[in-house]
Amino acid sequence: MAAYIIRRVFGAVLLLLVVSAVTFAIFFLVPRLGGQTADQLATQYVGKDANPDSIAAVKQNLGLDQPIAVQYWDYIKGLVVGADYKFGPEATHCGAPCFGYSFKSHVEVWPQLTERIPVSFSLAIGAAVIWVISGVTIGVVSALRKGRPVDRIAMFIALAGVSLPIFFTGQLLNALFVYEVPIWDSIEYVPFTQNPADWAWHLILPWVSLAFLFSALYARLTRAGMLETMGEDYIRTARAKGLKETTVVTKHGLRAALTPIVTIFGMDFGTLVGTAVLTETVFSLQGIGAYAVQSIKDNDLPIVMGVTLVAAFFIVFCNLVVDLVYAAIDPRVRYS
Amino acid sequence: MKTRRVTAAIASVLALSLGAAACGGGDDDGNGGGNGKKDAALSSIVNASTKKGGTVSYEHSDVPDSLDPGNTYYGWVQNFSRLYARALTSFKPAAGKEGLEVVPDLAESLGKPSADAKTWTYTLRKGLKYQDGTPITSKDVKYAIERSNFAPEALSNGPTYFKAYLEGGDKYKGPYKDKSADGIKSIETPDDTTIVFKLKQPFADFDYLATFSQTAPVPQAKDTGAKYVQNIVSSGPYQFESYEEGRGATLVRNKNWDAKTDPIRKALPDKVTIKFKVNPVTVDNDLLSDKITADAAGTGVQPQTQPKVLQGKNAGQTDISYAGATQYIALNVNVAPFDNVHCRKAIQWGLDKQSVLDAMGGSPKGDVATTLLPPSVNGYSKFDTYATEGHKGNVAKAKDELKQCGKPNGFNTILTARSDRPAEVAQATAVQESLKKIGVNIEIKQFPSGKYFTNFAGVPTYVHEHKLGMLSMAWGADWPTGYGFLDQVVNGSAIKPSGGTNLMELNDPKINKALTDAIANTDDAARTKAWGDIDKMVLDNASVVPVVYRKNLLLRPKSAANVTVTQAYLGMYDYVLMSSAK
Repeated sequence: MAAYIIRRVFGAVLLLLVVSAVTFAIFFLVPRLGGQTADQLATQYVGKDANPDSIAAVKQNLGLDQPIAVQYWDYIKGLVVGADYKFGPEATHCGAPCFGYSFKSHVEVWPQLTERIPVSFSLAIGAAVIWVISGVTIGVVSALRKGRPVDRIAMFIALAGVSLPIFFTGQLLNALFVYEVPIWDSIEYVPFTQNPADWAWHLILPWVSLAFLFSALYARLTRAGMLETMGEDYIRTARAKGLKETTVVTKHGLRAALTPIVTIFGMDFGTLVGTAVLTETVFSLQGIGAYAVQSIKDNDLPIVMGVTLVAAFFIVFCNLVVDLVYAAIDPRVRYS
Repeated sequence: MKTRRVTAAIASVLALSLGAAACGGGDDDGNGGGNGKKDAALSSIVNASTKKGGTVSYEHSDVPDSLDPGNTYYGWVQNFSRLYARALTSFKPAAGKEGLEVVPDLAESLGKPSADAKTWTYTLRKGLKYQDGTPITSKDVKYAIERSNFAPEALSNGPTYFKAYLEGGDKYKGPYKDKSADGIKSIETPDDTTIVFKLKQPFADFDYLATFSQTAPVPQAKDTGAKYVQNIVSSGPYQFESYEEGRGATLVRNKNWDAKTDPIRKALPDKVTIKFKVNPVTVDNDLLSDKITADAAGTGVQPQTQPKVLQGKNAGQTDISYAGATQYIALNVNVAPFDNVHCRKAIQWGLDKQSVLDAMGGSPKGDVATTLLPPSVNGYSKFDTYATEGHKGNVAKAKDELKQCGKPNGFNTILTARSDRPAEVAQATAVQESLKKIGVNIEIKQFPSGKYFTNFAGVPTYVHEHKLGMLSMAWGADWPTGYGFLDQVVNGSAIKPSGGTNLMELNDPKINKALTDAIANTDDAARTKAWGDIDKMVLDNASVVPVVYRKNLLLRPKSAANVTVTQAYLGMYDYVLMSSAK
């Protein structure tokens, strides 16, 4: 198992390197291939008073006057040992991991990301707890009551959940519970370390609106999995052995049905940390997703690079965790 | 009751999601619960108060270019920065036209010009201090101008008028590269309270330039270049308690600010907060529910909120202010057939401006424009060279001009618009429809606004090559005088190989000379009159088709006090005056 973990970690690091190379090429090589010169790339960061001197200064600072391979090497080097930038009277050291420097907003990228990651992570984790519990419960109940009113109602709600976009449910919840029947004075991010109760309280609406979509999806998946599993021979055997129905359902049925759920959960959760753009926008939460949108709008390539790498990291990391959890929940899966 | 409110909320969200215009109830009494009448803040101070305390809270749906006074171009930041950064001069915090008056701020009086308006001298007030108690000197003002205008490698957001107008401005490398003790030689500081500017040309609007936040002092020892925004040293009544890049800031009282040195600020609130990147609909809802004091952007509520506030119970809390900008069509005089003045006049006479305004959203969006200068700018003169009944155009006169132009049956041309500006696209479509009546067939070409001037409309070779005869344009003044508005859009010197803003490519020696003469004239009244005269010359040339004077539909919450619109800052509320009952 230890060898497997080490192998997977190395694989994940390699994958992130490939992602970084591809992302770097998209943002810095493709424009060159498209005919843009280093001067043209630098011009967009100079401001309104573009002149040869200012363009040359930015070009040098950003390293755009270097070959692409050197630029990429410097970027990777910055991640490991940091880098120096001069945007004022004295040079500034951007400590490792230095994800670069935003030439639009003149900030180091990494501190901006670390301020926003907890917001996105908080949003994703709370929503995930809600959608997994509610989705799986509804799915199991629906499967056990197949064709009955409970199943039909649950599946109708699930269909509605999948169909309604977050910008609708989010706006609706916001309008209802912040303005019309103001249970919440405002929706904002309060750091968990500052006040866990406030953290949870102020994130309930974003969690619910995000979880509504996902729990609907998970309910349908769980229902389908449970229906298939509960028809298996070993379930009949378990019942024939005289086991209690709860044991049959939870220990034998649900455990097997959960495997695909765990797989997709890993993917969903990892992706969500970097892409909950709509929820973050609707509720004005300053997470990674909203930051990505802003940086793309501003054509702020170092930030886009940083966000992409962080989002990729979460996806890779969550997949790794899922693979490891597999072994724990499904005895059929064993790693050598 | 709650059920009805919940139903109403669901209905309004449904309407919003479906893009429908939800109208509010009919209980409009024209008042905002004792919060003044509709448009009251245009000419008076609403909820005038002298009560100290409370928190003024702002929200903004975007981020600022920078809160560093030396690194911003945004009008709202210029307005907001006056809370923590005192410039040499400022605009008077007052209602109506009085708000356009320039008054001394750090300086004890307005600038003293030489006879030729090429040398301007200011003397700082006595007893000025930074938030840390150290004295503010004229050298700090000089340094602030040096860093903001001459260090684009670190601070590239702000305007560079000082660089353009100061003697030797094109040679000085900025304080981060030129480490000499003298700095730029055309700014002299003979003692700690005197600062002298030596310009390369006469410039009678210099007091307006001195209102820019770039003249707010910066202590050189505390300057960290691009990172200074994270530790701004206050010279105003408030200082930063916290600043979070891209997220917001909190200002608290600066204990070393002395009211005796500052006749223009009352500094009533104890605290000022600002949050960035708040969903625009949330900003509107927070204004309506009185959770915040103002939308910092100052450009008005969102389109989906407009019907609600105009017809609902909040109508008395609205102010429709001039945004200090004119939306117009530039007819390029180097693209046929607009090289012929009669073809240009045919467009002037033929365009149904009222229908264009209606297509853009009607009166809340603005008024039909007949001049290039908007009414809120010093020097505006009301006239209509091409007056038609109800601004609906005059087909007969237009056709007569077409005959004189040698195109009696009309012609084909191209009109540009910025694809990500719905109002501009709506305007272009309405212009296209309107001019069909006189046989002018328009093809609309759309370009992204981010590259509109640098790659397309502002590049003469591109314009000529692609025969872009008509170009959609909107312009607001950097400072509210005729020169501040006109120089960058009608002066021949504003035609550039790329990034130009004189989209007509108007290079009329008479207009150029009139601008140069007027800005050299230190007689305020004569100078102000000249701007209106130049505006008439531009309209006689017929290359500018004014369409709309843009307006903001502002909403003032009930708790907001000392609320008035300032025309000096693009028709938003005056943030120096504003206080809160909360």
